[in-house]
Formats: sequence, C-alpha cells, structure tokens
Amino acid sequence: MNSYTLKTMLYRKESMEMYKILRKKALNPTVSLMEIEAPLIAKKAEPGQFIIFRAKEDSERVPLTIADFDREKGTVTIIYQIVGGSTMELDTLNEGECLQDFAGPLGKPSETDGLKKVAVVGGGVGCAIAYPIAKKLSSLGCEVHSIAGFRNKDLIILEDEFRSVSSELRIMTDDGSYGKKGLVTNALEELIKEGNQYDEVIAIGPLIMMKFVCLLTKKYNIKTIVSMNPIMIDGTGMCGGCRLTVGGETKFACVDGPDFDGHLVDFDEAMHRGTMYRDFEAHAREESCDLFKKEVQ
Amino acid sequence: MAFTRNNDTKKCPMPVQEPDVRKHNFDEVALGYTYEMAVNEARRCLNCKNKPCTTACPVSINIPAFIERAANEDMEGAYQIISQSSSLPAVCGRVCPQENQCEGKCVRGIKGESVGIGRLERFVADYHREHCTEKPEMPVQNGHKVAIIGAGPSGLTAAGDLAKAGYKVTVYEALHLAGGVLVYGIPEFRLPKIIVQKEIDNLKAIGVDIETNMVIGKILTIDELFEMGNEAVYIGSGAGLPRFMNIPGESLKGVYSANEYLTRINLMKAYKKGSKTPIKHSKRVAVVGGGNVAMDAARSAMRIGAEEVYIVYRRGMEELPARKEEVEHAMEEGVIFKTLTNPVEVLGDENGEVCGMKCIEMELGEPDASGRRKPSPKEGSEFILDIDTMIMAIGTSPNPLIRSTTPRLEANRHGCIVTDGEGGLTSREGVYAGGDAVTGAATVILAMGAGKAAAKAIDEYIKNKG
Repeated sequence: MNSYTLKTMLYRKESMEMYKILRKKALNPTVSLMEIEAPLIAKKAEPGQFIIFRAKEDSERVPLTIADFDREKGTVTIIYQIVGGSTMELDTLNEGECLQDFAGPLGKPSETDGLKKVAVVGGGVGCAIAYPIAKKLSSLGCEVHSIAGFRNKDLIILEDEFRSVSSELRIMTDDGSYGKKGLVTNALEELIKEGNQYDEVIAIGPLIMMKFVCLLTKKYNIKTIVSMNPIMIDGTGMCGGCRLTVGGETKFACVDGPDFDGHLVDFDEAMHRGTMYRDFEAHAREESCDLFKKEVQ
Repeated sequence: MAFTRNNDTKKCPMPVQEPDVRKHNFDEVALGYTYEMAVNEARRCLNCKNKPCTTACPVSINIPAFIERAANEDMEGAYQIISQSSSLPAVCGRVCPQENQCEGKCVRGIKGESVGIGRLERFVADYHREHCTEKPEMPVQNGHKVAIIGAGPSGLTAAGDLAKAGYKVTVYEALHLAGGVLVYGIPEFRLPKIIVQKEIDNLKAIGVDIETNMVIGKILTIDELFEMGNEAVYIGSGAGLPRFMNIPGESLKGVYSANEYLTRINLMKAYKKGSKTPIKHSKRVAVVGGGNVAMDAARSAMRIGAEEVYIVYRRGMEELPARKEEVEHAMEEGVIFKTLTNPVEVLGDENGEVCGMKCIEMELGEPDASGRRKPSPKEGSEFILDIDTMIMAIGTSPNPLIRSTTPRLEANRHGCIVTDGEGGLTSREGVYAGGDAVTGAATVILAMGAGKAAAKAIDEYIKNKG
C-alpha cells in the first residue's frame, strides 16, 4: 500500500463516523448480514480471519469471522446469528448507525496456496464463513465443490453466492424441505464415492458437524481444515480463553488459528468448553428480550 | 528547613478499609494519607546527600527533593519534581514494589522503618489531581512524528516524554480502551480506573493521539507506520499468551488464566451488577502463583463472592514475588496461603466442570540459577483441594503478532524482542522496544522506566538523523 493511500485512509478514519452500518439485511429469521465501513480492515482482510466487535458501550467483545470484504469500498461484511444477548444487541442497530468497536483483521488467513480441488462444507451460519473461502479458491482457479447444510428450507442462506463460485453445489436439509434430506456428511461421502479426489476438505459449522466431517475424511485420508470459533475476549493473544487442544498441544484460536487441522482437534473438549456460559447467555437473552418488549410497548 | 524533623522510627500507617468490609466491595483498599499525615511523614526524611532512594528508582525520581517540598507543605512543587521523571505518579505510588526499590534503600530503614515514599508519591499526585485547575500546556511541535504500539504503562510513558519534547505522537492500542494492564489487569480496589483515565486525559491534552481498536501487526505493519511518516516506532505491546502448566484437566470449565479472569472483571466490568460479561460465581477458588497478578485474582474472586480462596504456590511465604502490602492485604481478607504446594491435576465432574485439584507438597532445596531455592515434590504427599475454580497466574509469554509480521525484528527463543542497550533499540533501525514485550512479565515501573529510556533514545536518534 503506498503512503498516499494510507494517509488518506487514516485521515478518513479520523474524520468519519466510525464503523458505520452501510447495509443490513435479514438472510433468514435469525441470521442477518451487516456491511460495515472499516476501510483499514477491508484493506488487509483475508478469508478465514475474524473481527471483534462491541455493539454498544458496555457490550461484550464478540468475535465474528469475516464473511466478505470490499477493498475498494472499504467495507467488511459480517453475518451473525442471534444466539445471545450480545448478538441481539447488535441486531438492534440499523443502517446508518455505528458499532461501538470493530477491531481486526485477527487470526491467520485460511491457506489456499496450491489447492487444485477442494470440497467446502458449511453448516448453518457457518456457511457465511465458508463462502468467502470458496470464493477465493474459485478466483485462484481451484475447482470448488460446495456442500451447505441447514435445518430446513427457511434457514437457507447464500445459495446463489455459493452456486456462483462452485462447480458443484449440494444443499442438504435435516427435514428434506429443500435440496436433499440428510446430513452434509452424506453428501460429502457421496461425492467422494463418485470418484472426486480432493486435495483438501474445508469444514465450517457447528462443532458436532465439523467433528463428524473429520471422522469421515479420516476414513478416506483427506486432509481437513476446520475453523474454530471458541469463546474469547481480546482476540489478540492475551486472555487465553480461546485455548483448545490440537494434536495434544494447547493452542490459542486467536493467534494460532482460527483454522486448524481437523484431524488433530479435540472436538469433545471444545464442545464442553463452549457450554461454559450457556446459562448466562440464555439469561442475558431473556433480559434483552424483556427490555426490547418494554421498548416496543 | 523550616520544620522540625519527625524522629518516629515507624512510618505513618496507611488508613485502609477494614478487611471485613472491603472484601465485599471493589472500592480502593488504601484510602491515602490525610494532609497532616503526609506532611508529618515527609518530615521523617533525612534528605540524604547521596540519595540511595533515587538510585534505586527505575525512573530516577528526585525523591529527597520532592519529599522536602512536601515537608514544607509545597505540594504543587513536590508534584512538579516528580513529574519531571514520572508520567504516571498516581499510578506508581499505588502499584510500585517500593520495598525492593526506593524504600528498600532508605537510610531510615536501617534503624526502623523507611520513609513511606510510595505513600507520599501517591498523596502528592492525588493532591495535584484534586486541586490543580490549570490545564497542561501544549508543547511546541518540532514537526517529527513517532508511533507507539500499546497504550500501557510503557507506551504511555514514552508517549508523554516524546510529546513534551515536541513530537507528534500517535499511540495504537489493540483493545477498545487505553491503559493496558492498568485497565485490564490491576483491579479497581488497588488502582481506581478514574486515576488511569485522568493520566490518559493529561496525555491527550498535550497532543498525544490515542487510536483504539488498532491491532498493529494485523491492521497496519511496522513498515506501514514508517510509510505513514513516522520516523521512529516504539513497541510496548506488553505481555502476551498466558502460561499454563500442561497438567491434566486444564481445559475443564472453571479453569481460567489470570489474564482472562481479571480482564472479565476489570476491563469488561463483570464485577458490576448488571454487567453483560459472564464470569463464574465460584464458591471455592484456587489461584496458582505467587505474584501480584495472583494476589489480584485471589482478592477479586473473594470480592465477587467466593467463600474460600487459596493461593497455591510452590515455594514458601518468604519467596512470594508479590508486593509485600498485597500479600498482607490478601491475608487480612482471608485468602488462605497454601505455600510449598504444587498442583498436579485438575479434577472434573461429569459435566466437565472443575470439582477439585490434586496437589503435591513441595520442599525447598539448593538455590537455583535465579538465586531462589529450588522446590521439589515430596513423594507420597498428594492431597486433594476441594475447589470449583482454578486460576492460573504463573506468567505469560510475549505476544507473537508483531514479531511475526515485522521482517528482520529479532526475538529470542522465548519470543521476547531482542534490544541493544538502555534505549531499547531493536535489530531494526528506528524501532525501539521495552516493557514486558522485551523482558517477559515484569512490573509497571520497569515498563515505565524502559519507555522513558526509549523516549530519550528516540529523541537522540531523530535529532542526529538530521
């Protein structure tokens, strides 16, 4: 980046309102997209990296993997599912309003070098993170097969986007209301049995999904990368809350990841750790709901 | 000298909140001297010519001179003398390990107790904050720009000194709030955040820009900071990844690093009612480690409602590296010290929650390389401590973000940035570093000392560059 653009951008950073929401769109009843003005982050962002946001003053710091970015426009897109108080608070913000904080790009970018044929597997809102990787791989000339799994037809996101970057797209739903009925692992195994030889499988979604994708690919001896999204606070290698065990060693998702070799990740431990604040989150969500109801009344 | 010297062999005790009261709140424990106490204590100073206290101060405050002003009831004069050497006096008066520094060398300490230098520094700084209405003067700009990475004690000190010398200084902070360990680590009851905020406001008033949410190494590299017109960069990025012991059970729910525990409580304000930040409300807590961070974590756990809190430390009481006053305060508040004890395993229940900690007793052998007696386990002495939360406070290793994105920046095998000489010059021209990023986990005042020395070196470097 030349010094002229840097200076201009920094000038803009100081003079403009920070982290403004330029676009907000509901993708399904609980998942929404926000395009945020963050030119310096947009310049550096790569698929696989994440940001930390705080919706308002006194909000929690929440990590979210980057769903898309536009270097020219200077925007970063995030896609979030309302799961607790923090995401609910984020969702109260509308186009034209600003997030309190938005820091990144954090973590290591996904490795895409030298890949010729890859299966990208996304589950639920995890598709939001799988898509930019599929997009980048496709732009590098890699053959991309995408598998996207959802609970039902109403929850499907990014179908057109995936289709535009994949030579093969299989959509799976738990209830068969769209695509094929079944799990992403069924589709993946089918593709493998059809004779597709993948350099790598990239799986992003709920821990339980990633675990079972890894069990399957281990059987076929295909290298598998997963994107971990554990509880974290600073996201810069300070708190240690995001630690997980990979190949018997303690790793920190924020600086060593978030991508890891799925065959080495201790998923059961990660699932346990993920439930640490479940009661607190549910409680916070209820409180936010109550507040919201009061505001509406 | 217009006053009679106070010949009391003991220093004036610090008024404190009663232990039974304070262990349930986050208000400051030490209440500070009254005006009379401060003047009387200042009058204990012998005003020695060779100033052993100043020699022992990492930022070389002219201690006898400021104390003499205080003894003469010239508090503003005293403040001016301190601020020639220290940018954060209200902070240092509270958190410095004075017993190993200035007060450890005080001549009054030979036959009695040393002068309460730290308490006087605190009084003078607080008095200034409460009484001074003048805004700090904006220094004349010299047209040169310097970037500082990290708004902790080291970076803020360097920023203050450079701004006073006329540089346009921008401090880049990764978190959403400036202050570093002063805001995420040290708890409110030991260092009220309003004091940190005031010091930061003073820096802003003399023209220092602070940009939060800027993770250098990610959003901008050091090379880009130079492209932006900065002529030198100071790395004060602080300590990084928390250390764990690599014993079984460290991934159980209820095992925290002290960094995480304290960050949740301090920076994210989990101690306040209605806070959105989750924290485990534990009944029985073990904090592993014996430093200031361990004391802070133990006393914070007590304050958010734990019934029993242990410090588990592998050496003895004598070897505890924490500030003496913190150990005393922790004991008064009911923290139980299990010294000569080391954890060997964290035990979990069927839900993956911590339900105990298996420990082994230790004994001390011959002194090791650090001069401290080496602890070794006593065979067959294992026992189980009944706890539901374990907090690891055994240090940190430096953050990898900057060294991994800065070509030709040398680091040692522990990941600490290698520097040459007092000024903290790294292997890169114009790049200086100091504080925990260089030394590994140490104290606030040492980080400040490094920031100060680097500011001087940067000033000389830029001036000589022509």
